[in-house]
Amino acid sequence: MFYREAGQFKPTYQADSQIFPIRQDRIGIMLLLAIAFLAVPLVATPYMFSAILIPFLIFSLAALGLNILTGYAGQLSLGTAAFMAVGAFAAYNFMLRIPGIPVLLAFVLGGLCAALVGVAFGLPSLRIRGFYLAAATLATQFFVVWCLTKIQWFTNYSSSGVITAQKITILGYNFDTPGSKYVLTLAIVCVMALMLRNMVRTNVGRSWMAVRDMDVAAEVIGFRLMRTKLLAFAVSSFYCGVAGALYAYAYLGTVEPEAYSLDLSFRILFMIIIGGVGSIIGAFFGAAFIVLLPILLNIIAHALQLPTSVASNLELMVFGALIIFFLIVEPHGLARLWQIAKEKLRLWPFPH
Amino acid sequence: MSFFFEVLIGGLLAGVMYALVALGFVLIYKASGVFNFAQGAMVFFAALTCVGLIDKFGVPLWLAIPLTMAAMVLLGLATERIVLRPLVNQHEITLFMATIGLTFFIEGLAQLIWGSQVRRLDIGIEDVPIMYLLDNFNISISQFDVTAAGICAILVTGLALFFSKTKIGRALRAVADDHQAALAVGIPLQQIWGIVWAVAGFVALVAGLLWGARNGVQFALTFVALKALPVLILGGFTSVPGAIVGGLIIGASEKLAEVYIGPMVGGGIEGWFPYVLALLFLLVRPEGLFGEKIIRRI
Repeated sequence: MFYREAGQFKPTYQADSQIFPIRQDRIGIMLLLAIAFLAVPLVATPYMFSAILIPFLIFSLAALGLNILTGYAGQLSLGTAAFMAVGAFAAYNFMLRIPGIPVLLAFVLGGLCAALVGVAFGLPSLRIRGFYLAAATLATQFFVVWCLTKIQWFTNYSSSGVITAQKITILGYNFDTPGSKYVLTLAIVCVMALMLRNMVRTNVGRSWMAVRDMDVAAEVIGFRLMRTKLLAFAVSSFYCGVAGALYAYAYLGTVEPEAYSLDLSFRILFMIIIGGVGSIIGAFFGAAFIVLLPILLNIIAHALQLPTSVASNLELMVFGALIIFFLIVEPHGLARLWQIAKEKLRLWPFPH
Repeated sequence: MSFFFEVLIGGLLAGVMYALVALGFVLIYKASGVFNFAQGAMVFFAALTCVGLIDKFGVPLWLAIPLTMAAMVLLGLATERIVLRPLVNQHEITLFMATIGLTFFIEGLAQLIWGSQVRRLDIGIEDVPIMYLLDNFNISISQFDVTAAGICAILVTGLALFFSKTKIGRALRAVADDHQAALAVGIPLQQIWGIVWAVAGFVALVAGLLWGARNGVQFALTFVALKALPVLILGGFTSVPGAIVGGLIIGASEKLAEVYIGPMVGGGIEGWFPYVLALLFLLVRPEGLFGEKIIRRI
């Protein structure tokens, strides 16, 4: 009833290969974007911006990045936070060393630096696969964070290693309130999500999926493995790098290596597992879930008057149990549930 | 020169401890094809349970160890039943991610039961240099390290024999090669997995006691697993000798690098040096030192 596609014909190839071929999807997305850009900034409180909405958007972006690598190209990575750190520190240094550089350009350059690092650490993926690679990506995690801690140049010789991020100013407008930071983050995430959505349906995305499904077969039928894998590493790291820069600038307000720990890498991995591996909307679902769950658990723990140590350990247990639950019961994550819901709506109110 | 040997021997002894943790990984991987990331959490859980029993209930050490062992077996069996059985025949990466979830669960559970403060564990071996070596060769080697390495060596030899000589060991290897074929020739798959997880729990207990007595029982114990990963990469995931040799190489090179290269670059390279070493090695030999060469067909 609500989601009926009957009568929507696509007479041309262009019409058939649109991003959102179904009218309801188009309207839905427009509506969602309108609410996100116009309604939310009017009603949300600063707490909601800085504790829920901004981290949600940033984690979504990072999860998109990891999803490119793990979900689409099939290379499991445990070093996501390292690429985020590279992005953040590169953006910081570009803004510091080049006076007057536009902020967005610094973010893009930060992302490109992360992409370079990603390619360098992606090189082993040509020789090794599976969890040999997963274990190897831990090298990225430890090495990058160590570099950023030890090499003083990156932190501009700050004594504590913690630096305040520069102000975000674009065309004379200061993005210093939570609301404005939210709008900026939202705009960046929207553009990048749309880019990715386009990328995965071109030959680039297809070649990633071919490599994921079986790399030997893909190589035999003519995909160039090296280019495909390294491109996946580069694009993925670019997304993570930009997410890392936003994490430092729009969320934390500081640039510090400790913020990009192994724990963050795991959290982003959890997001794509729970949200749905190899799905764009899944990255958003997963990020929302992982951001909201601790808040929810905190509220419950507070209501039951549990001590904080119990609450934090319960959080660990709930996270772990959920991962296992999703892997067993719904390996395609929340995105699959969404898909099922849409299929049900297509026929609603009839059961068959 | 004596300083060099001191570092080298210290590194090798630490390497034996890494090998012990890596062995837990190898055992499970060999018998079920699961790369169990939760091994570190199991080490933590074992040490914490043992200390918890001693501290909270006043159980003597000789009794606490078998009690902990029982708990580890239960944990292993529960893992097999609840987590792995529904995931039979899934892609190995899925299984790996499930054990990451398991890691978080066990860490939370351990601290929920026993609290999260750092505890001391005394297993009756003193951490003092061996006087004989100090007097004659001017090399300071801790008595504790040597004893720990000895225990590890006995354990490793025992397990290697168990794997190669006993009927159960053969069954374990058969299960690792092909679940379905093993079932077809009448090997009880679930029983075998139960045994494997129990043995892995036992190895985790020994590792937990030794590491815990060395550094205190605390959350950092879970990072021992991260130390074992480069050992595995280097040695190959499927090989018991690989875990040992890999452990020795990683232990020695890590300590030597920290002492001789560390000061040049600001120190603290112990965290990543083993990984980079293992990574470089992989570029030359992707299956590790003793790993099986993987032949891939379409």
